[in-house]
Amino acid sequence: MAGLELLSDQGYRLDGRKATELRKLQARMGVFTQADGSAYLEQGNTKALAVVYGPHEMRGSRSRTLHDRAVINCQYSMATFSTAERKRRPHGDRKSTEMSLHLKQTFEAAVMTQLYPRSQIDIYVKVRVGLTLHLVRGIIAEIDFFVIVHKHVSIVFQQILQSDGGNYSVCVNAATLAVIDAGIPMRDYVCACTVGFVDETPLADLCYAEENGGVSSLALALLPRGGQIALLQMDARLHQDHLETLIEAAMTACKGVSKVLDEVVRQHLQEASVLTGE
Amino acid sequence: MLKSKTFVKKTRSGGVMKVVREHYLRDDIWCGSEVCTECKQESTVLQKDACMESSLCSYPHYLVPDTNVVLHQIDILEDPVICNVIILQTVLQEVRHRSAPVYKRLKDIIHEKEKRFYTFTNEHHRDTFIEREPGESANDRNDRAIRVAVKWYSQHLKTFESDTDGLKVVLLTNDQGNKQKAQDNGLLVYKCEEYVKSLIANPELVDRLALSSDDKNEITSSKVLFPEHLPLSRIQTGIKSSSFLQGTFRASRDNYLEATVFVQGEGEDSTEVLIQGLQNLNRAVHQDVVAVQLLPRSEWVAPSSVVLQDEGTAKDDEDAEEEEGKVTAVEAARKPTGKVVGIIKRNWRPFCGMLNVSQIKESTRHLFTPADRRIPRIRIETRQASTLSGQRIMVAIDGWPKDSRYPNGHFVRSLGGAGEKDTEEEVLLLEHDVPHQAFSQAVLSFLPKMPWAITPEDMMKREDLRPLTVCSVDPPGCTDIDDALHCRELENGNLEVGVHIADVSHFIRPGNALDKEAANRGTTVYLCGKRIDMVPELLSSNLCSLRSNVDRLAFSCIWEINHKAEILKTRFTKSVINSKASLTYAEAQMRIDDTNKNDDITKSLRGLNKLAKILKRQRIEKGALTLSSLEVRFHMDSETHDPIDLQTKELMETNSMVEEFMLLANISVAQKIYDEFSECALLRKHPAPPPSNYDILIKAAKSKVKIHTDSAKALADSLDAAKVDGFPYFNTLLRILATRCMMQAVYFCSGMDSDFHHYGLASPIYTHFTSPIRRYADIIVHRLLAVAIGADTTYPDLMDKHKQSALCNNLNYRHKMSQYAQRASVAFHTQLFFKSRGILNEEGFVLFVRKNAIIVLIPKFGLEGTVFFDSKDKVSPNIVFEEEGPTLSVEQHKFHIFDKVKVTISLDDSNIQHQKIRMALIEPVSKKTKLERNLM
Repeated sequence: MAGLELLSDQGYRLDGRKATELRKLQARMGVFTQADGSAYLEQGNTKALAVVYGPHEMRGSRSRTLHDRAVINCQYSMATFSTAERKRRPHGDRKSTEMSLHLKQTFEAAVMTQLYPRSQIDIYVKVRVGLTLHLVRGIIAEIDFFVIVHKHVSIVFQQILQSDGGNYSVCVNAATLAVIDAGIPMRDYVCACTVGFVDETPLADLCYAEENGGVSSLALALLPRGGQIALLQMDARLHQDHLETLIEAAMTACKGVSKVLDEVVRQHLQEASVLTGE
Repeated sequence: MLKSKTFVKKTRSGGVMKVVREHYLRDDIWCGSEVCTECKQESTVLQKDACMESSLCSYPHYLVPDTNVVLHQIDILEDPVICNVIILQTVLQEVRHRSAPVYKRLKDIIHEKEKRFYTFTNEHHRDTFIEREPGESANDRNDRAIRVAVKWYSQHLKTFESDTDGLKVVLLTNDQGNKQKAQDNGLLVYKCEEYVKSLIANPELVDRLALSSDDKNEITSSKVLFPEHLPLSRIQTGIKSSSFLQGTFRASRDNYLEATVFVQGEGEDSTEVLIQGLQNLNRAVHQDVVAVQLLPRSEWVAPSSVVLQDEGTAKDDEDAEEEEGKVTAVEAARKPTGKVVGIIKRNWRPFCGMLNVSQIKESTRHLFTPADRRIPRIRIETRQASTLSGQRIMVAIDGWPKDSRYPNGHFVRSLGGAGEKDTEEEVLLLEHDVPHQAFSQAVLSFLPKMPWAITPEDMMKREDLRPLTVCSVDPPGCTDIDDALHCRELENGNLEVGVHIADVSHFIRPGNALDKEAANRGTTVYLCGKRIDMVPELLSSNLCSLRSNVDRLAFSCIWEINHKAEILKTRFTKSVINSKASLTYAEAQMRIDDTNKNDDITKSLRGLNKLAKILKRQRIEKGALTLSSLEVRFHMDSETHDPIDLQTKELMETNSMVEEFMLLANISVAQKIYDEFSECALLRKHPAPPPSNYDILIKAAKSKVKIHTDSAKALADSLDAAKVDGFPYFNTLLRILATRCMMQAVYFCSGMDSDFHHYGLASPIYTHFTSPIRRYADIIVHRLLAVAIGADTTYPDLMDKHKQSALCNNLNYRHKMSQYAQRASVAFHTQLFFKSRGILNEEGFVLFVRKNAIIVLIPKFGLEGTVFFDSKDKVSPNIVFEEEGPTLSVEQHKFHIFDKVKVTISLDDSNIQHQKIRMALIEPVSKKTKLERNLM
């Protein structure tokens, strides 16, 4: 049987987007009161919750303390029920460890850590995917089960469980909002996006079917205003000639993401100022 | 611009897993019509006055075919008459899913501007997307989606009614239910047949209509001839539980009641299943992918050595079973035998052939006999039988109902009168799938502009070898010269030898239309008196051809060699050369032999010749095989281009001289590119044949000499030793037979295979480098080598082993097909030759012995074919066939392999459809029987 046609002659992708179009991106900040900063972000069917604690004093081993800047501690985890195969991995698997490391690198480049010497900032990101969540209504229930999972209470959740691609970029975008919500100064938004290469055309913001359809994909985190690259990751094989066009497409996509994030931040600010009556 | 309304589409796969995909609906998908002022499209496809004159639709209209119409009536859609068609995305996707060839053809039509086919992405349009309702099947949903889209179009176009003359949209469907529902919705809908028949001024289009399933009943009798095919789901479970086997169906050329199914196993482990009898063949056609069930071991049979041709009449012949020779074979010769239980994938294409006009004058149904004997005859319906008889035509198969002896098909196009040279050439090119159309404008646009000259930049990058005494040696009349040689003495006493190859990759840049066309063609095809070029003539015969006394770009491979022919140094460079002479093999030979000549060219040739002899000896010592196959050359009449004489090609020392250096260059290059790119080097290998392949050779020779086949070296030695006094041709015959035992040499990508050995040349690694004008593989090798020496840049596809591997498959296929086409062309010219010659008596040798026939080779004409000993209308002579031998006793005489016979050759053109070369055995003579020999 013929595989999926990732890009039709008319220029439409599997889900009806054009090559440069992003998925629907929705986000909300300050969803979680206990934490210093939090954000919930949906990009298509991939959803992430980011929570930021800090900056606070070093916890655990003090030997990691840096005397000129803050330590950023990132932890990434997938909800146990968020993939087709349900597996408990209490200590995280290798993929999560790698992802945590990537996040750490990304945010070390963006957060102005030198303002908080000898302290620590914790960023926890949890990805769950599937299940259309209506931001307005069901947010509290969502957070409830994130908390439950955190306590390793096994729950049975009969929902759609499939990753829908772009986990890294969704995490970065969510974490950016959470860091902003926590009021930690950053050089700029960090916006991330994946791009793939099909039929000599770069496709922005890949969904799961595209990521698995044999596309060489590249993830890029950008500080959009200065155009600096915070992180670039690519595991697939790609000819050198195509790299430049691909990075260019990724940068354009990241700038698109940054616009949306900016809007979210501004809206949140407005809501907050209305609430506090300023 | 993005209407980001998210839909969730759920599809189940497997047990628990659910898949969620987003499905975006848009409001920026335009209708593609010229009349529309609402849509903000940049360019329109569909015309305002869409005029196809039809008695059913007298108004301008756009056609919307449904999936089944596209799948079955693609021939109609390809006709230039049909234009202004809307192809819905739903239809396109379904077609893609169901038939790759039709999908490709449809896409080709869509790309053709004049056809005005517009693809409407209805699945992502805000107004035309529909969700599957509970209880609705996927097909029903798609049908509904098509109706909704048609409805949308007709309403959309209605808004501009004032400035169109009632432009309408017409749905074409063959599904009765769908048609009814569409009519209820108030849509204009016709059956495809109705519509095509209503087209005024194009009555011949009706012949191209594929017979749809409703028409079947009237054609055939109620008698069920074949067992039902199993549904795909049962086949799949059967294959999983290994009660069925999946394989490619290969009909036998010699016997229409026999076929083999080639089952590809893991790695090298593949088997062949024999299928015998009409019932067991069960409507499979050559090249179909089928599921077979093995019969119990007791019912296994041996492949019959009988040669049978389907001479059945236009009726469904009931006595087909009688023809089936029930053979009781020796236990050992029995092979796994099976029956076809289902078809997994049909591989039908349009077939060339001729019409057998029905005896009944008024009849519109006729049988069509394909040129390829492995294809069954096809029943078609046409009103133009009288004009089509005597012409070569193309016919496509539509279906094969279980109660019909022959498949049903429809007429596609006519190629011209049978027996005419142009037509026959066209037929054999089509039959062998050789792309032979003139090069398109897009391709020609990438040719260098004339007048062309070597630019100073080119000179900068290249080594200037113009002062060297380079010359080329080729067959007479060769205009695409791709290799030239030089040899000179160095100051240290060693020799410098250079092989200079036309630098085609300089002109053909990767990825452009010219490159793609060449990659598709794969090879230049040489027919008798005609050449089908791989690259346009400007390149093949002029700019790339290394003609004498002009500056040409070359890719040179230069060795330093001592007088013992040991290679001391090898280097490769892009260069500019100026050939001093283009010689033929004979001219070169004369120069070498003529002791009075002592110019530079001659000296260089002598040096080369001397080295070549040593190289050849070394090669043979290593176990390289010298095989033989008879090649004939026609002397053509310069006016009529008819063959006037025929002779086998002569080989001279200079042939082998050029060959030796080409081999050396190929091997050196192969090593270099493999060292540099171990994953993606394009190489050529020749696998060692399995020992059983040699059985026939050993059997045939055992009465006279013993042949060892343990290794290539042993084989080469025993072939050299095999000589029989008073029978000088024996050795050549043995070599011809040995050639038949060999495997095909193939191109492959080094990253995908581990066995590189070239059996015939006894070389551990080999590639093709020396003929880039006529082989695409060489162009790739040139590019690889250019990258390896830093003379050129790489590009993505070159480094992708999967793409390379796909390219190799195409090249291997094209190469094989071009060889078949070449042989067919020789056979056709042989017939022309005998037509003008009348009757000839010639001596020949028995090459193979079959159960009811012998195959004779006439060395003088390099010609072989079958001599039958039984014929239908006459009493069969007393024939005894012995497997061990093999021998065949006819009356008193016993035929062995290699026996000398004498035959009379003549052309039998009583049947213009299949001209035969008829031959009677004169010696040894058997008066009672009339012995004939057919050649096709």
